[in-house]
Amino acid sequence: MFEAVLLTVITAATPLLIAAIGELVVERSGVLNLGVEGMMIMGAVIGFAIANQTGSGTLGVVAAIVAGMAMSALFGFLVLVLVTNQVATGLALTILGIGLSGMIGEAYIGVPGLDLPQLYIPGLSEIPFIGPVFFQQDAIVYMSFALVAIVAYGLFRTRVGLVLRAVGDNHGSAHALGYSVIKIRFAAVLFGGACAGLAGAYMSLAYTPQWVENMTAGRGWIALALVVFSSWLPLRVVVGAYLFGAVSVLNLHAQAVELDIPSQLLSSLPYLATILVLVLISANRRLTLVNTPACLGKPFVPDR
Amino acid sequence: MRLELVKRKEHSQMMALLSPLIAVGLTALAAAIIFSITSHNPLIGLYKFFIEPLTQQWSLEATIDKATPLILIGCGLAVCYLSNNWNIGAEGQFVIGALFGSILPVLFPEFENGATLPLMLIFGAVGGALWALIPALLKTRFNTNEILTSLMLVYVAGLMLDYLVRGPWRDPGGYNFPESRIFSDAATLPEVFGGTMSMSAPITVIVAIVLAVVLAKTLKGFEIRVMGESPRAGSFAGFSAKGLTLFSFALAGAFAGLAGTMEVSGSLNQLLPSISPGYGFTAIIVAFLGRLNPIGIIIAGFVLALSYIGGEGVQSAMGVSNEIASVIQGLLLFFVLACDTLILYRIRMVSRRVPAGEASHV
Repeated sequence: MFEAVLLTVITAATPLLIAAIGELVVERSGVLNLGVEGMMIMGAVIGFAIANQTGSGTLGVVAAIVAGMAMSALFGFLVLVLVTNQVATGLALTILGIGLSGMIGEAYIGVPGLDLPQLYIPGLSEIPFIGPVFFQQDAIVYMSFALVAIVAYGLFRTRVGLVLRAVGDNHGSAHALGYSVIKIRFAAVLFGGACAGLAGAYMSLAYTPQWVENMTAGRGWIALALVVFSSWLPLRVVVGAYLFGAVSVLNLHAQAVELDIPSQLLSSLPYLATILVLVLISANRRLTLVNTPACLGKPFVPDR
Repeated sequence: MRLELVKRKEHSQMMALLSPLIAVGLTALAAAIIFSITSHNPLIGLYKFFIEPLTQQWSLEATIDKATPLILIGCGLAVCYLSNNWNIGAEGQFVIGALFGSILPVLFPEFENGATLPLMLIFGAVGGALWALIPALLKTRFNTNEILTSLMLVYVAGLMLDYLVRGPWRDPGGYNFPESRIFSDAATLPEVFGGTMSMSAPITVIVAIVLAVVLAKTLKGFEIRVMGESPRAGSFAGFSAKGLTLFSFALAGAFAGLAGTMEVSGSLNQLLPSISPGYGFTAIIVAFLGRLNPIGIIIAGFVLALSYIGGEGVQSAMGVSNEIASVIQGLLLFFVLACDTLILYRIRMVSRRVPAGEASHV
């Protein structure tokens, strides 16, 4: 029973984890991309459509990543080259993504989807309890583990990570040192887009293998909140994502034990929990100030 | 070749007027491309989408009907955005306003007199303002990011409405349909100009004009603009950033709540599980397209309302998905933001071979 609950927690947490890890890198470079929801839903619909057309889940996942990157490139061009307001541009990306996905997905409503196969990791998957929960999953779940490790190591233990953080903390100095602030930020934005697209593919190819309009249901926004919750530290994103995964499956399991609580109240728990968590984190000024990228959301026009 | 931005010495007045027009033009071009890609005639598509709604009385009235909530919500959001408060939860404030405004007609249907409507409108505005004050208070008290909290409350508000119309507020004589009882005549906004339009349109225009005067001519208006452009300068003038956050959120919430109440009282006549086709989000685009100016917002509200009616038009006439309306709305916001760059910067194509240092002296 506990094992089964934990399995649902992981499936609910994975899209949040992937999208949040991507956005963390974006924000570490000093850019605030509020369009996660829009990129994610585009990943979901394109992933579903391509998997459906070709019969290949792998191609679907790749297409979803490309779709997320294409969306983020649009955002990057506006925000980095034309120096538009980041908050408003991110919102525009979300509005566009939801509309575009609805238009593309209309042909796929009610079409049975393709479920990504479970891959058993030899050896590890036979460990009692841990094996079935963590190592009998589909490829995207493993990719989420790898992403966390790569980002956690890359940000704090490599030169690339150092430069990225420098650009996010003080773009003036990074520019003076000869780093191309805009190129580095663009790369980070594209990485964030790829992650959001992958998270979307997980929604439509693994979490619920079908296309439903608006199926991400605010998960992109929760991912943004997770980045704040993590105070921009990758390992804390993992904790946050799994906590939120747990909150969002409460609905499912409460129905099973027939609690007399309105289902709408249970459905609103993840959103209320997000608010609560944001309040708790931001009330602690020291914690947030230490790790917040100092140039987050600030425009940069190179002074030539 | 690459693009380079050259800062203008001062804001370009001409571009400030032109940029929304350029943006609408580019959006129409993009729409034509989308029609072509989906193998429809782009000219017929553009005509059906942007022009035809203006040619018949019923569709013109329907456009005004849709423009009204967009304008009212957009006006409130403009005050938030001018003062650098990122309220993106107007959709939720609209819903909660509608719920508060429906307390009298749903729970006290026998309360029918001249005070019913004014009280409903006041309740609606208060409800929206209270809902908007949640993210504002969390921001001023705990320094919580208002973008995320105001958005999360949209989902919560939607679920609350869903719960009420399926549960305690369901019409007892309604065969179990998820809807409230139909409002009595005393709780229905009267129609004006002999048509099907409710009084919400004239009320909205009056609110927008009053706001335009307040923003342009009063100290409060000055405070809003100063605090948005330079909070430090504003604080020297004795303006309080926290006070303004609470004020702008409460005002935007009240406007959205009023719009919500007028929508259920004037158009829907009852509560349903869903009462808005995304007015609260579309109003964000309206606010920006209108350059955060109430008079501009009235015009922008019409343009965006056209997209709803035009979307239905191309769907029924050409079989294009009516989702094209939200695609066009999203593109429009992108173009508006991109064109606004022209107000502050000149854009120049620079050849790669020119050394960067020399280019800036040209």
